[in-house]
Amino acid sequence: MIMRFIHKLGSPPYFYQFSGRLLPWLSGICLILFAYGLYGGLVLAPTDYQQGDSFRIIYIHVPAAWLSLFVYMVMAFSGAVALIWRIKITEIILINSAHIGAAFTFLALITGSIWGKPMWGTWWVWDARLTSELLLLFLYLGIIALYSAIDDKRKAARAVAILALVGVVNIPIIHYSVEWWSTLHQGPTVTKFDKPSIDTRMLIPLLVMAFAYKFLYAIVVLLRARNDVLWRERRSQWVTALFDGSK
Amino acid sequence: MDSFSNFIHMGGYAGYVWTSYGIALVIFVWSVVSPIIQKRQLIKRIKSIVQDEQG
Amino acid sequence: MHPLRKRRLFLILTMVAGIAVAAGFALVAFNENLMFFFTPTDVQAGKAPQNRLFRIGGMVVNGSVKKSTTNTDVEFDLTDNEKVVTIKYSGILPDLFREGQGIIAKGKLNHNGEFIAEEVLAKHDENYMPPEVAATMKKKKPAYIKE
Repeated sequence: MIMRFIHKLGSPPYFYQFSGRLLPWLSGICLILFAYGLYGGLVLAPTDYQQGDSFRIIYIHVPAAWLSLFVYMVMAFSGAVALIWRIKITEIILINSAHIGAAFTFLALITGSIWGKPMWGTWWVWDARLTSELLLLFLYLGIIALYSAIDDKRKAARAVAILALVGVVNIPIIHYSVEWWSTLHQGPTVTKFDKPSIDTRMLIPLLVMAFAYKFLYAIVVLLRARNDVLWRERRSQWVTALFDGSK
Repeated sequence: MDSFSNFIHMGGYAGYVWTSYGIALVIFVWSVVSPIIQKRQLIKRIKSIVQDEQG
Repeated sequence: MHPLRKRRLFLILTMVAGIAVAAGFALVAFNENLMFFFTPTDVQAGKAPQNRLFRIGGMVVNGSVKKSTTNTDVEFDLTDNEKVVTIKYSGILPDLFREGQGIIAKGKLNHNGEFIAEEVLAKHDENYMPPEVAATMKKKKPAYIKE
């Protein structure tokens, strides 16, 4: 079922049309989620017992870190589908996720640093969590560089897909680093097996923000993918028809 | 307005909190605006290609 | 599935599994180096390096913090609930430093077995709650609570 849908989306004009219809909905939901998440995080959520108001950086930092892992997994999955089924649209999703993945990894690192200074007493340490997240940023940048270094974009996509799959082993390392090794970064809060050790009024805005980030990612990846599709298909009938006569 | 100035003050962590939110805002806006600008340029180029081929 | 695609799928799975195993071996081999800090038990057992900088992590013992009134010198005991190491430090402490708090210090042992820290970092826990809730949970977690 999913594969049939992917195959249908694999047709560039259908993808362009479908994503164009989807975008206003995604944008609307994304704005609502952000509005609620920010209000909940900055106003409704109570002050933390130890960290005071500095903990409010969590609403930027944690969703960014989650998204940095999520985008990478989307890329690895798209890469696998691209290698096995050679569907062009999965190559496009793969490569157009890299920039936003890098941007959000950077956001997670920089806000973590800003949070770390007053709370831990340092901007940066080389513990397992921080180092593996930095490695993720380099993976994203490596993927972007590799793709732009190869002129044949189909070949470039295949090379990038392999790099994305190689790097996927870093994802569980990032997630479990705080449990496997002693780190300055604290252990997981929300994904603990017993119930999350965070007050509900603090947790709900966090989850809302996490969804808002996911929608933002979807919007950006579709915008970029649509541009990519237009340019790749610029010689085809359906693209020329779009711009023909409308001067 | 007292609660508002408290809100801006962020319990003494204003610099850290608002810098984080500010950087996030810049990244959000950039990631949405850059493909939109790119699309405008793309459409211009495609239109000129279409016109070249027709004329 | 088409046999060619099946073969590609198999190749990809083998590749990822191979890299995962290699990464696993590497991480196990470097396990010691990936540890960010030693515990007081490690230090008392002599596992920590001598005459070299290393990090020690644990909880600040309640009532052990002695701050100098004239300068930024501070002395406190650090424990992992088994062994205790005395830490001496001179400098600015992070906002989260308090008794009962997890901290990490970087420095060297002196000949008295005291740890001379040149950097003290606070390790915050994974719990987030408002002060009122924390107050009711105080019996469970004997941490010094502000306000």
